[in-house]
Amino acid sequence: MALARRLALTVSGFGLLTAAAILTSPLIGSTHISLRRAFDRAIPFADNVDAQIFFIARLPRTLAGALVGSLLASSGVVFQGLLRNPLATPFTLGVSAGAALGAMLAITFSWSFAWAGLSAAVAASFLGSLTAVGIVYGFARGRHRGLSTNVLLLAGVTMNAFFSALILFVQYFADFSQTFRILRWLMGDLDISSYQPLVSALPLVVISFVSFAWLARPLNLLSLGDENAETRGLNVVRAQRTAFVSASLATGAAVSVGGPVGFIGIVVPHLVRLIVGPDHRLVLPASALFGAAFLVGCDVIARTVMSPLELPVGVITALIGGPFFLWLLVRKR
Amino acid sequence: MRALVACLVLLALGVNGAERSNGVLHHRVGGVSGENFLFSGSSASSVVRRSPLPQPTPLPVTAPKRIISLIPAVTEMLFAIGAGPQVAAVSSFDRYPPEVSKLQRVGALLDPDIERILSLRPDLVAVYASQADLRTQLERAKIPVYVYSHAGLADVLVTLRQIGERVGHGREAADLARSIQSRVDAVRSRVAGRARPRTLIVFDRETLTLRGIYASGGIGFVNDMVEAAGGVNVFSDAKQQSVQATTELILARRPDVILELRGDPVAADIKTREVGLWRALNSLPAVRNSRVYFLDDQKTVVPGPRVGEGVELIARTLHPTAFR
Repeated sequence: MALARRLALTVSGFGLLTAAAILTSPLIGSTHISLRRAFDRAIPFADNVDAQIFFIARLPRTLAGALVGSLLASSGVVFQGLLRNPLATPFTLGVSAGAALGAMLAITFSWSFAWAGLSAAVAASFLGSLTAVGIVYGFARGRHRGLSTNVLLLAGVTMNAFFSALILFVQYFADFSQTFRILRWLMGDLDISSYQPLVSALPLVVISFVSFAWLARPLNLLSLGDENAETRGLNVVRAQRTAFVSASLATGAAVSVGGPVGFIGIVVPHLVRLIVGPDHRLVLPASALFGAAFLVGCDVIARTVMSPLELPVGVITALIGGPFFLWLLVRKR
Repeated sequence: MRALVACLVLLALGVNGAERSNGVLHHRVGGVSGENFLFSGSSASSVVRRSPLPQPTPLPVTAPKRIISLIPAVTEMLFAIGAGPQVAAVSSFDRYPPEVSKLQRVGALLDPDIERILSLRPDLVAVYASQADLRTQLERAKIPVYVYSHAGLADVLVTLRQIGERVGHGREAADLARSIQSRVDAVRSRVAGRARPRTLIVFDRETLTLRGIYASGGIGFVNDMVEAAGGVNVFSDAKQQSVQATTELILARRPDVILELRGDPVAADIKTREVGLWRALNSLPAVRNSRVYFLDDQKTVVPGPRVGEGVELIARTLHPTAFR
C-alpha cells in the first residue's frame, strides 16, 4: 500500500513537471509568434506562419526532446541495474559508437535510400547500434548460463574503442563538409522538422516501455546479486536478456531520432534516486518522466540562449551533465 | 652548453631561412583564420570593385616549373592562366579542369602527404593558411609556399592576380581578372533595379530530409555572388560564413527563393526529391511560388576563375526574365 501511494505521488509529481515542460517549450523560441493566430482555424495552414512555426518547428522538436530524454534516462536506469554499476550509461555498451559509425557511413558514401520513412543516416545509425549491441551480446553470452556483466562491460568498452577507430578510418574518406556534418550529428539535434521520425520510432518505444514496466521488480532483485535473485524465484537469464535487449532498442531508437545526446542517461537516474530512493519501481517511471522534462528544458536553453543562432543540445546537456558527473564521482568516494 | 649551441645554430638557421624567404609570398598571413579582417565582405557594392592588395615582395626571376596546388580553386586559376603545364600535382579533391585527372594527388586540407610533396621536388606549393604544420615543414625544406585563404568574392580576383604574377603569368591573370570583373559587372547592371529576392542559400544538409541545414551567413564569396546576382541573403545579418538554419529560423525569415548549392553532381531524381521535401514548409514564399532551386554546379561553390559564370548562373536562376 505504501508503495502504491509513493508511486502515485512520484508519478504525479514528475508528471506535472514533464507536462509543464512540454506545454511551455513550444511557446518559447527565437521568433515571436502569436498563439491566437497559430490556433486560428480560419486561416489556411499554408498561409499561417505562426501555426507553421508552432506545429512544424516547435512541437515536433519538443516531442522529440521528450521522447529521446525519456528513452535515454530510463535505459540508463536499466543499464545501471543490469551492470550493477552506477557509472553505466546507455552508451557504455557501444550503442552510440555503432550508431555513429552507421550514420558516418551513410553520410560519407552519400547513401540515399530511405527505410520505413527514415533517411539513410537515421536508418543506418539504428542498424549500426543494433550491430554493436548484437556483437557485445554475443560475447557476453556463451561462457556462462546468464550474461556476465564483466564481460558485457569489457566487450562494450572494447566495441566503443573499436568502432571509434572505424569511425576515424571511414572519416578519412569523407570530404570536409561530410566530416563537419558527422561532427554535428554527434552533438545531437532535435530539430526534426516533421513527425515522421517519431512515428517510425513508436513501435520500438512501446516495446521498450512495456519491457521496462515489467523489469522494475527484476532489477530490484538483480541488485542483490544473481544468486540471491535466483533463490527468490527470479529467472535471472530471462531478466538480464530482457533488460539488455529492451534498453538497447530504446537507446537505438533515441539515437536515431536525436543523435547521441550525452549525459542524460546518467544525470537523470542519479538525480531521481536522490529524490525517490533506490527502488526501481519508483526510479524507472520517475526517470522516464524527468528525462523528458530535462531534455526538453535543455533544448529550450539551447535554442534561446544565443538566439537567433542555436547551440547543439548535446552541448547543453554535457555542460550541465559533466560537472554533475564529476560531483557524483567525488561523492561516491 | 651543447643545448645552447644547438639553439644558436637553429636560431641562425631560422634567421637565414627568413632572409632567404624573399621568394615566399606571405600575403594575408596574420589573421587566425586569415580571412575577415581585411574585408568585411558584407556590402555587395564595395565587393569586386576594390583594388588588389599591393605585392609585398619582389618577384622571383625564374617562374616555378613544378607547382603543387592543394587548393582546387588555385588549381583552376593556374590552368585558366596558361600555367597548367607547370602544375606537378594537385589535391585529392581537384576535379576541374579535366587535365587534372592525369596529375598526381598529394592529399588535401586535412591530410597533406608531406612525403609525396617533398619527393616531387616542387618549386612552389599553394597551401591553405590553416595548414601551419605543412608550411613549417615546407619552409624548413626551403620550398616556397603560396598561402591561401577563403574570403569574399573580391579576394578571388586578388588571389588570381597574385598567383599569376607568382608563376610568371601576370599578364594573363590580370586579363582574366578583368574579364571576370566585367562579367560580374554586366550581371550587376542587368539585374539592377529589379526586386531583389530574399534568398536562403543552403550549402549542405542531410540527404533526403530537411535536417542539419547549413546556410550561408553574410560573409564569404557565395554570399557575395548572390548579392552580385541581384539577391539578398536572408542571413546577411549573420556575420559568419555559415549558419545552422533551424526549421523555425527558416520559417521566420520567409525566403522568396531557396538556392541549394552543391559542388558534387547529384542524380536528377534525387534532385527532384530534395526539392520536393521543401513542400513541408509550404508557408514559405519560395515554396508557394515554386522557387526552390538545386544547383549542383561547381561554378557556384569553387572560388576560382569560374566565379563570373557562377554569378551569371545564379542571376539567371534568381532573375530568369532579365536574361530573355
